[in-house]
Amino acid sequence: MVRQELKKLVIYGFFLAIIITPMVGFKNNDFDAARVLQTLAVLIGLLVLNLIVKLVRSKRPQRAPGHKAWGERVRERIEQIPKVFTLGGLILITAMFPVFADNYMIDVAITCLIYITLGLGLNIVVGLCGLLDLGYIAFYAVGAYTYSLLNLKLGLSFWAALPIGVVLGMTCGCIIGYPTLKMRGDYLAIVTLGFGEIIRLVLNNWDSLTAGPNGLFGMQRAALYYPTFQDGGLSWAVYNIKSLPSLYYLIYIIVILTIIGVRRLDNSRIGRAWVAIREDETAAELSGVPTTWIKLLAYALGAGFASVAGAFFAAKLSYTNPNFFLFMESCIVLCIVVLGGVGSIPGIIVAGIVLIAAPEIFRGLESYRMLAFGGIMTTMMVLKPEGLIPAKRHKREFIETKSNE
Amino acid sequence: MDQSAFILQQIVNAIFLGSIYALIALGYTMVYGIIELINFAHGELFTAGAFIGVIVLTGLQSFGFVESHFVISMIIVFGLAMAYVAVLGVAVEHVAYKPLRDSSRLAALLSALGMSIFLSNGMMLSQGVSDRAYPPVFGVQGIDIGGAIITNGQIFIVLLAIAMMIALQLFVHRTRLGKAMRATAQNRTMARMLGIDIDQTIRITFMIGPALGAAAGVMVGLHYGAVRFDMGFIFMIKAFAAAILGGIGSIPGAMIGGLTIGAIEVFWAAFLPSAWKDVTTFTVLILVLYFKPSGLLGESESEVRV
Amino acid sequence: MSKPSLLQLKDVHTFYDNIHALKGISLSVPQGAIVCLIGANGAGKSTTLMTIFGVQPCRKGKIVFDGHPIHELPPERVAARGVSQSPEGRQVFPRMSVFENLEMGAFLRKDKEGIQNDLDWVFSLFPVLKDRIGQIGGTLSGGEQQMLAIGRALMARPKLLLLDEPSLGLAPKLVEKIFETIIEINRNSATTIFLVEQNAQMALSISSLGFVMETGRIVISDKASALLENKQVKKAYLGE
Ligand SMILES: Nc1ncnc2c1ncn2[C@@H]1O[C@H](COP(=O)(O)OP(=O)(O)OP(=O)(O)O)[C@@H](O)[C@H]1O
Ligand SMILES: [Mg+2]
Repeated sequence: MVRQELKKLVIYGFFLAIIITPMVGFKNNDFDAARVLQTLAVLIGLLVLNLIVKLVRSKRPQRAPGHKAWGERVRERIEQIPKVFTLGGLILITAMFPVFADNYMIDVAITCLIYITLGLGLNIVVGLCGLLDLGYIAFYAVGAYTYSLLNLKLGLSFWAALPIGVVLGMTCGCIIGYPTLKMRGDYLAIVTLGFGEIIRLVLNNWDSLTAGPNGLFGMQRAALYYPTFQDGGLSWAVYNIKSLPSLYYLIYIIVILTIIGVRRLDNSRIGRAWVAIREDETAAELSGVPTTWIKLLAYALGAGFASVAGAFFAAKLSYTNPNFFLFMESCIVLCIVVLGGVGSIPGIIVAGIVLIAAPEIFRGLESYRMLAFGGIMTTMMVLKPEGLIPAKRHKREFIETKSNE
Repeated sequence: MDQSAFILQQIVNAIFLGSIYALIALGYTMVYGIIELINFAHGELFTAGAFIGVIVLTGLQSFGFVESHFVISMIIVFGLAMAYVAVLGVAVEHVAYKPLRDSSRLAALLSALGMSIFLSNGMMLSQGVSDRAYPPVFGVQGIDIGGAIITNGQIFIVLLAIAMMIALQLFVHRTRLGKAMRATAQNRTMARMLGIDIDQTIRITFMIGPALGAAAGVMVGLHYGAVRFDMGFIFMIKAFAAAILGGIGSIPGAMIGGLTIGAIEVFWAAFLPSAWKDVTTFTVLILVLYFKPSGLLGESESEVRV
Repeated sequence: MSKPSLLQLKDVHTFYDNIHALKGISLSVPQGAIVCLIGANGAGKSTTLMTIFGVQPCRKGKIVFDGHPIHELPPERVAARGVSQSPEGRQVFPRMSVFENLEMGAFLRKDKEGIQNDLDWVFSLFPVLKDRIGQIGGTLSGGEQQMLAIGRALMARPKLLLLDEPSLGLAPKLVEKIFETIIEINRNSATTIFLVEQNAQMALSISSLGFVMETGRIVISDKASALLENKQVKKAYLGE
């Protein structure tokens, strides 16, 4: 058994080397063997670890029926601690973050929070309802461009434009969702990818409205209005949310509201309908769930959250262009959802932080960022297909395992 | 140039582009047919082929071999590109897909996506972010048919593409391995019970499909004169559209689909604003998936049996 | 049991995830015999065949075929040892012609002449297949598919032939014909046959041994002639 596994490992390592060597080893035609060896060493180390864990597990007696996976036990442990402490502590630490972090860290944190919002929104579609979406970033684009255009052309403020952006995003969600309602999993992937690209190309080509590849700039920041009593009478003062800490708090509040929203949805009748659809669409339909509407609703709500994030993004930078919304971004968001463990909110938060912040920490390796990203994505799937923190109610049943045919 | 010659020229271009899409689409269709996975890394394998092509061709040209022995150098260029990518394809299958054969489709799809990102960035790092120029080997001479010009390069490439497709069709229908491949695609468990080693069958699929993609990559390089690390993405989507249009899993379907997509693209660009040609292709893809998901030559949904 | 056994199962357990489908099956199939396995729907008959073939992993227990343990082999290696199956649901290749389907049955064989002879033999057993030699598998009728599946299994010239409900969906006339054919196969090629059947009367009448299965266990195993007289069996499976 051990020998067999070792043999497999050697073959695996061989193929790994075939892929890694040319991709990692060369840089502008200089070959660097050390880099290849280091990469291979790390990956093979991981595989050996995985093998050891597997062997140790197989030596242990058969699982008892009530046996729980490691991740699940950790969660139960955490759940035994009163919520006030865990949640309260977390909120306190994260709320205090801008006080002790420097600007760069805050900026990274803001990016993390944007992606977490996106991840939570996509989670409605992928995690709760079980539909695949590879074009999700398009709704983020819709949010960003709606705010930009409304602000630049009509002078609407962030808060006035936000609901319009959300409605537009949701409408786009429905438009994209509708034709995909009866499609199979992987066709869905391609169609949503196609839609995402169409929206990006439209933004790119419609010069007269969107300024094409140059993008739009000069949007106003989001503003807060508060009463003052200067000059004797009551008047409204404006505070522009422009400094990084203030932007942090804005997106922080957006994330909290999103979490609350997603949780409430999950526990509502709609949430149960989504789960029913994901588990067995035919059965759900037979038991009276209006599947068409409920699925559209998932697309619409997911798109709505992305629009909010998009509007925030445009207001933060005061700039937007079509190249912010490449297919790669959809991949990153999907990766957050899946790495987090489809359907799990804490998982998405952890994955968002890991995926967005970790590459920032290794700044020196900047150019290897996306390479590592792709590699991690594949490695994660191969080693732990169910994600970092599998969701509680329903792990694994995402688009059911392949029938053996 | 008069109108009819112009249209004729577009037809020539459409056939040319379509053959290339068809070659790439074949790789998708074969892989999808056998393991029901959209091989997202296929576009990158195609690009890798184009890079090997430019490296080898530049090398050969540096000592004037291409001029003196044109046919042999083409064989070397295509041969090496295809061989390398075949090996890479098998490696990708073994590393990223095989461990997930019994997991959820989503896991496999994401693993493929990860591989695609990894490879395209790997090529960016190793080959640079800008275009790599292909040495021009064909020149501009060609045949004049009623005012439309078919260049020697186009003739060479289309004939080569057709030859490869015929070879593939013969392989799949006439040889033991080809039949094993079809049997595995149609009913994997039964194929195994007849003694077919599906690991080997899948490996071969992952050699042939990517190798055809690599050939297409070299063709694109030869014709357009340049390769870039990220050109795989757009070709991937179009070739996928071609595969679906023709009916995924069907080899003749991939050819017809490729030609159709090529024609749509060329004629759109010829008569309508060309910036929108990709939007049109995507729209066609979506419409096909919506109205006839089984494609032009595909089996009906119930028969496909997921 | 005078003859040596070709196939032996010892305390075989099979699971579908958490469903314990086979709860310790032990049986032995003598060389050259026809044996049958009967039981209610969902008893685990098809699972038994699939476990023998290695399609379903056998989590505990042993399977010995022709003197070699096969319980850890994948299906393709089991096939290489000389087992073939006409499985439940026929499983013909839907987009291959009748001829190609039969050809796939002989996938592991190299003897061209022998294959040709067996092809002729299969066509003599099922002449309808010869008439439809170029037709695509998926377009055959249910009965024709059944014959094709059996023919394909025969093309492997197996030592052990597993037949899962060969009479399912056939007209009564054809059912008789199928059972006659099974006897003929057994006699002509000395193939050992392991038969799973709902039609217990017929199956037992052509078998030498019979096993009765209930919810994952073998509850009776005896001479087929004895089973035909067995009160329990009569009541439950022979409808008397
Ligand atoms: N793929 C599967 N997943 C889960 N359970 C299964 C699967 N296949 C079979 N089972 C279960 O295993 C048990 C045995 O099934 P099996 O198909 O072996 O029955 P059978 O005796 O062949 O029945 P029949 O006479 O209806 O063909 C049944 O309870 C069935 O529900
Ligand atoms: Mg059965």
